[in-house]
Amino acid sequence: MNRVPMEGKVLNENARVAAELRERFCERRVLVVNLISSPGSGKTTLLEKTLEALPPASRVAVLTGDLQTENDANRLKRYGFPVKQIVTGGTCHLDARMIEKHIADWDLSRLDLLIVENVGNLVCPSSYDLGEAAKIVLLSVTEGEDKPLKYPSIFFKSELMVLTKTDLLPYVPFDAEVAIANARRVHPEMEVVKVSCLGGAGLGEWMNWLERRRQTFLSALSQPVG
Amino acid sequence: MHEMGIANSILSGVAKELQRRPGTRAAKVGVRIGELAGVDPDALSFAFEALTLDTQFAGLGIDIEYVAPRGRCRECNHEFEIRNYEVLCPDCGSLNTERISGDELEFKYLEIEEEVAQAKCIGPSLRSG
Repeated sequence: MNRVPMEGKVLNENARVAAELRERFCERRVLVVNLISSPGSGKTTLLEKTLEALPPASRVAVLTGDLQTENDANRLKRYGFPVKQIVTGGTCHLDARMIEKHIADWDLSRLDLLIVENVGNLVCPSSYDLGEAAKIVLLSVTEGEDKPLKYPSIFFKSELMVLTKTDLLPYVPFDAEVAIANARRVHPEMEVVKVSCLGGAGLGEWMNWLERRRQTFLSALSQPVG
Repeated sequence: MHEMGIANSILSGVAKELQRRPGTRAAKVGVRIGELAGVDPDALSFAFEALTLDTQFAGLGIDIEYVAPRGRCRECNHEFEIRNYEVLCPDCGSLNTERISGDELEFKYLEIEEEVAQAKCIGPSLRSG
């Protein structure tokens, strides 16, 4: 038996497609964000409020993933922006190929922002790079404050945590500061926005975050490489 | 389940390496996977076994080194292993740390042995019988 050293990376097909997508998004200057949370944390509602708040001329599109039904796409289409449903048929996450396939007939040069709403799942979506610039994790106040510690990988990889349903805070034993501290234990630089989609509190801050993130994205593009 | 695709990529890598070493067969391949690469080691082993069954690679072992991410403290420069995603510097307690590894997905080694020239010795007539 003879052991020989072997070098090189193992090709990860999803990573390869995601890298291609990222290159395309950068070329076309489209900021892509990937929204991830448990089922029922309020991703679609946050998107509804986001689309509602955007000026009609905004160059924004949405891809929304679910195991079944076109329900979310139908909810989101009412705002007049391009929306496509990705029905995964049982797969618990979106992968880069699904994104590639569903944006095939969109002219990316006509977009500034593409929001991807992942399948409601705090586990598997964290393993699949979609070519996005940023992952955003949602945590609703009806969940546990320790979720960032129980499902650390997605909190580790997300730039922003949106704390949703904050209008319910008076009625639930949820300490927002503890949840934020937990998130920052796994990700010290985690940015946090608290939002109530029902009352509207924090939505402005969320919209500002998106706009600021787009500016950072664009200025990173104009930096000389290397 | 992208582990299946990754198992397939590992086999392609092994096949390529064997082409450079005629007369040998592979016994085991070693890979290094970071905890943040999003690859489940058990699922990968399972996929690897399923893919190699009844092929020229039947019996090829896979040795997965599953490595924790490493961090470096920006305050005291201490390098440490990040366990359970806790990024606190174990030396000085600072949270001002950066991750320096954790998403590896790479080959380490290949164990090879001289190929026993079975096909030539036994010959086609015996094999078909």
